[in-house]
Amino acid sequence: MVESPIQSTEVDNAMNGTDREKSQETASVDKNHNKAPQVTGGKGNNGAQVQDDCHVTTKDFSIFYGDNEAVKKATLSIKARLVTAIIGPSGCGKSTFLRAINRMNDLIPGCSTSGNMIFDGLDIYSPQVDVVALRKRVGMVFQKPNPFPKSIFDNVSYGPRLHGMLKKSELEQIVEQSLVRAALWDEVKDRLHQNALGLSGGQQQRLCLARALAVNPEILLMDEPTSALDPRATAKIEDLISDLRGRYTIIIVTHNMQQAARVSDQTAFFYEGILIEMGDTKPLFTKPREKKTEEYITGRFG
Amino acid sequence: MKLSTRKLLDKSFTGYGIFAIILMACALLLIIVPIATKGIQAFIFRGTIEYRKLRLEKFEEGNLKKVNAELKGSQELRKPIYDMIDQFEKDIRELEYEERREYRKELREVKKSLKELFGPAPGDHQPVLWREQYGQTRWDRAKIKIDQVLFFEEWDYSNPDKMGVKVLVDRKSLFKGTSLEPLFAYVEKHAQSILQPKLVFYWRFLFDESFDAHFFGGIWPEVLGTLYLTLGAMFFAIPMGIIAAIYLTEYAGRGLFISLLRSCISTLAGVPSIVFGLFGLAFFINSVKVSESKSVLAGSLTLALLILPTVIRASEEAIRAVPKTYKEAALSLGAGKWHTVLTVILPAALPGILTGIVISMGRAAGETAPIIFTAAVSVGKPLHFWETLSQPTPALPWNIYNLCTEHEAVDEIRHVQYGMVLTLVALVLILNLAAIILRARISKKLKG
Ligand SMILES: Nc1ncnc2c1ncn2[C@@H]1O[C@H](COP(=O)(O)OP(=O)(O)OP(=O)(O)O)[C@@H](O)[C@H]1O
Ligand SMILES: [Mg+2]
Repeated sequence: MVESPIQSTEVDNAMNGTDREKSQETASVDKNHNKAPQVTGGKGNNGAQVQDDCHVTTKDFSIFYGDNEAVKKATLSIKARLVTAIIGPSGCGKSTFLRAINRMNDLIPGCSTSGNMIFDGLDIYSPQVDVVALRKRVGMVFQKPNPFPKSIFDNVSYGPRLHGMLKKSELEQIVEQSLVRAALWDEVKDRLHQNALGLSGGQQQRLCLARALAVNPEILLMDEPTSALDPRATAKIEDLISDLRGRYTIIIVTHNMQQAARVSDQTAFFYEGILIEMGDTKPLFTKPREKKTEEYITGRFG
Repeated sequence: MKLSTRKLLDKSFTGYGIFAIILMACALLLIIVPIATKGIQAFIFRGTIEYRKLRLEKFEEGNLKKVNAELKGSQELRKPIYDMIDQFEKDIRELEYEERREYRKELREVKKSLKELFGPAPGDHQPVLWREQYGQTRWDRAKIKIDQVLFFEEWDYSNPDKMGVKVLVDRKSLFKGTSLEPLFAYVEKHAQSILQPKLVFYWRFLFDESFDAHFFGGIWPEVLGTLYLTLGAMFFAIPMGIIAAIYLTEYAGRGLFISLLRSCISTLAGVPSIVFGLFGLAFFINSVKVSESKSVLAGSLTLALLILPTVIRASEEAIRAVPKTYKEAALSLGAGKWHTVLTVILPAALPGILTGIVISMGRAAGETAPIIFTAAVSVGKPLHFWETLSQPTPALPWNIYNLCTEHEAVDEIRHVQYGMVLTLVALVLILNLAAIILRARISKKLKG
């Protein structure tokens, strides 16, 4: 099996991890993120032929809030370096499922799981997983914008700093790069050192996206990243998503069918916690196999 | 609800709120104004020639020539007083024994009060205590002493239905027809020109040590002691309190032990401070022996224990008030728990934590009971920093109490008490103000 950083304990992660991460980060800075993260080891860099690789697979995966089963025995696989959209009516468990992938649900008391979720060959809910290392590799943009009450610069540089990048020039570069990618740079370049809470809701959401991008994760989870944005910014984010496609695995939750159709390669449709259908986006939208799916995408409910 | 009723309700609520605030402000003024006006008299007062003489002789302060010239004038004016006494003493030698004895007794009283007013008479031997070497240094005290020369108190029990009434009797009447009779008019007339009161700004009151048990000098040892104790208590309580709060909010589970711990902390907040004082003595000094006997260190530790619950509670609440989303954001970027606490949660909680610190700082500065057995002494030198580990110190709250209950001449040094009270209030205010400004700046930074 390929060496898996998320498996390592804190200590040896710190020992063998630092150098590699540093070189990886510097490399990605130098080449403007042109290179895929190498943390996946052997599976990296082989271009098109790994596209079918499954980055995350779940088997009979359920999530409970206390006794309430919010996601019911979902079995699916998310392909590496593609964009996967998750759609479904409100309250069907999309956010819950998304948050399960980087174990953010751990924070919710009473939340538990059953079944398996395999990431990079390892069950991420097995006890030897280092959650911190996992979250480093699985970035997330939350449904509600949640910038830190710090300056814009400090927000974006929080991740890189955390992972050992301390040089000011490097940080400045990565902050600019991330903000440009999140289509926010032009709006904030003159006020980088002002508090992020002074931004509008949509700007805050893009800032959170920039912040997640700055860590250069392998998987990017986005929970309705454009729900608070105007059409122009939305278009920019969609462009960004297509831009990142092929290098990151992106999982995006959206209520916007057109958006799902436009940006995603794969789509999963949840209904009342049950995964109804999952497949390539085009066929799913044109010739859905399930009746529920058809009803939903044609807008008969939800 | 109708619009008019709603408006009326709104208005009456606002009115009530304003009324409450005004009431509180009035009550506060009622306390602050006397403290300020009386306290300031320790710093600004009318000093007599005796004051200038003392400063010159003991501290080599002031203009030698000028003071000597003033003294000379003063002595010339005093001379008739002592001449009159001499004359009177000669006169009464001629009298019958009984009468002589009576006059002698009364004369002794006159001489005593004159000595208190003007200092030792010429030819007296030099006393040891400073307070006996000089007359009244403050004109406000001198005025009282003048009255004591002119009048004496007597209790009037003539009306059997009532309690005795205090009446002032003119001393002159005792010496009617004698050669001493003019003395009283003379003293009344010339006292001011003898003592030559001048306005003094004695800012050094704050930075001088006290001399002769607070009869003279300032309160620096007390101020310094209070600062040491307060900052020492903060030094121990803040890190402990914040770390405990972090543990309770972020790490502790919900077990029986933790809820027991929480109720212990709440109980601790309600324990009377004298109990902390006794505990400090028993634990820090007698058991752990942080110092041989009372010391600033033991006092600080005791005070720290006293304010720890407040710090923990305030910090806990402040940490809980930090939006969960900040924590989620940090964790999702791959921050560890501890790192999240340090870089995101604590900065966001800092204003709230500072509020708790402000409150407890005022408390630590003003508490008397915990330091009685652990740190405070009535008189002492200002300590060097390293001496705080082993030496006790005077401190404002304790010395205020001490001066007004145990000092041998409480009335003589009222101004020192009031000066101390004002200083303590000002000290707490300044410490609080610093913390409040800091908090405002942090809040502003957080809010953007
Ligand atoms: N913290 C929580 N505690 C308990 N139940 C929760 C919690 N969060 C979500 N749920 C429940 O889990 C179910 C799924 O919620 P989830 O937030 O995943 O929905 P969603 O698909 O993201 O909806 P939306 O499109 O409105 O965001 C809902 O029934 C919700 O009530
Ligand atoms: Mg959601």
